[in-house]
Amino acid sequence: MSAHDLVLDTALPKHINTMQDAVVIDGVSKIFKKSRPLVRWSGKGQEVKEKKLEVRAVDNVSLVVKRREIVGILGANGSGKSTLIRILSTLLIPDSGHVSIFGYDVEKDERMVQRLINRVSVEASFFKKLSPMENLIYAARLYNMPGPQARIRIREILIRLGIQPERIDRPLENMSRGMQQKVAIARAFLTAPIVLLLDEPTTGLDPRSKIDVQNFIRELREEHDATILITTHDMDEAEALCDRVAIIDQGRIIALGTVEELKYAVQERMERTTPITMNEVFMHYTVAHLITDAAIKQYGSWEKAFEAFEADKEDE
Amino acid sequence: MFTLMHEGRAAYAFFERNWNLTKRYWAWEVVWLVYNTVNAMSVTYIGASAQIITGIKFDTSSLILYLLIGTTVWSYLSVTFEGVTDMVTFERWEGTIEHTFMAPISRFTHLVGSCWYAIAHGLLFTFLQLLIVSAFFHLDLSQANYLTAVFMLLIGSISFIGFGIGASVLPLLYTERGTQMSYIVRAILLLVSGVYYPIEVLPAWMQPLARISPATYVLDGLRAGLQHNKAIWSPEIWSYTWPLLITGVVSVPLGVYIFGMAERYAKRTGKLKRNG
Repeated sequence: MSAHDLVLDTALPKHINTMQDAVVIDGVSKIFKKSRPLVRWSGKGQEVKEKKLEVRAVDNVSLVVKRREIVGILGANGSGKSTLIRILSTLLIPDSGHVSIFGYDVEKDERMVQRLINRVSVEASFFKKLSPMENLIYAARLYNMPGPQARIRIREILIRLGIQPERIDRPLENMSRGMQQKVAIARAFLTAPIVLLLDEPTTGLDPRSKIDVQNFIRELREEHDATILITTHDMDEAEALCDRVAIIDQGRIIALGTVEELKYAVQERMERTTPITMNEVFMHYTVAHLITDAAIKQYGSWEKAFEAFEADKEDE
Repeated sequence: MFTLMHEGRAAYAFFERNWNLTKRYWAWEVVWLVYNTVNAMSVTYIGASAQIITGIKFDTSSLILYLLIGTTVWSYLSVTFEGVTDMVTFERWEGTIEHTFMAPISRFTHLVGSCWYAIAHGLLFTFLQLLIVSAFFHLDLSQANYLTAVFMLLIGSISFIGFGIGASVLPLLYTERGTQMSYIVRAILLLVSGVYYPIEVLPAWMQPLARISPATYVLDGLRAGLQHNKAIWSPEIWSYTWPLLITGVVSVPLGVYIFGMAERYAKRTGKLKRNG
């Protein structure tokens, strides 16, 4: 059974021009303000303190994703990946810039965009007392699927993702985190989105389940023409799945290209003759270039200098 | 037509989901029913003991019925109101709120779909409570017009839902204590609406508040129906009906509008996310 057999046609708008870019992110920024103390002192240093109360989660990000492309977004924890995915999912309103999905603005044409997308978040969010079937039938109805047809599809797609048939009608709270994550993935696939936003979808899955999900993502693209944005910490996954990879650090995209292009660029910069791994590419772009010789000398080794650098970042 | 069918399916999705949750949390329903029934009995026994407290001999049956109507309406208002505010609290607790807010449906459908279940649940819950409490007292229901009673509860529900939607903004914006903050709305309604006493005993400055509370009209209408056999089409019941219609027509759209503003604020500030 293929991904195409498992997803439903949900009467997508006929006037969608599938020839245009699937996702256009144009100069998007998002700043979060931390809550201020009730009593505020004015005086010297107030401006600096005000600045510290702001977190620039996404900083002037621009990215164009073509239809049927799988683009990976790699970044350390807190680098802005999930914020970007939330903006694309209509769950956050950007402070500046524009985002469009097949020409529809995520803010102005919110409902239309919602019909085109779905998202899997890192935490499998469900009504844990309800069964996978009860949770998914709720989702199916929200996306305008008739109940009887949806029930058949839900059973098929869950079994395809390795959920045992007898678990489908039992409460989700008795399932492992990996199993719950598979149900979350099934929920997103079920609605046949033409843009799928995957926020660390395979975190917590065992290697076999990871491969199942990765195969399913590929099938979804091949047979349903879906465009996919995926954030991950798993470099092997990025290498195996993505047509292009964007590396994001402190809210900014600092590298963008195919896996081979990025590897080649780093190899050139490091003047290495041996092959470069994606882990090394990631480290190079996110931290390696910030670890100076002086810091290595000061802390005794590259690893210790890296730890000190991370600790400084946390303090900030 | 396509949109209408979609919104209808989505509204049913909330009803079905809430029914499934009620089934899974059945033990909680029993606890809540016992709690409300015991509360209602405690208040109604005040009426039964009025002769002893005052030392004056009089027929307490009308006072018992007066208080019983108060406890019943209060219970219905609480269950319905909680059903509405809980839709946000529960989704925040489970972390599903982002998924629901991402669905391609109108906020009106989302809110009204959840309220529909709250009304059905509230009516069934209150009926059970009334049945149990009535067994403990000798009630004079010779003058009761049950049709009027159901009519007043249903008409009042529209306003309760409007107030509930407005109050559910609190758990949307304040994750930890929003639900508790919404209790203040209920507490004020309890104080000013004449649930256990006529509003005339309130200080003069408080009485205008009673006039804008939908619970005041529901209680007055119910008492007129159950104690004095007033029919739906009687002028007295109409005098309670039209303020409820106006409050309902104003409070539901206003509640949805306020919720929409709060949603936009939450999306600007990142408050939809549970842990951060």
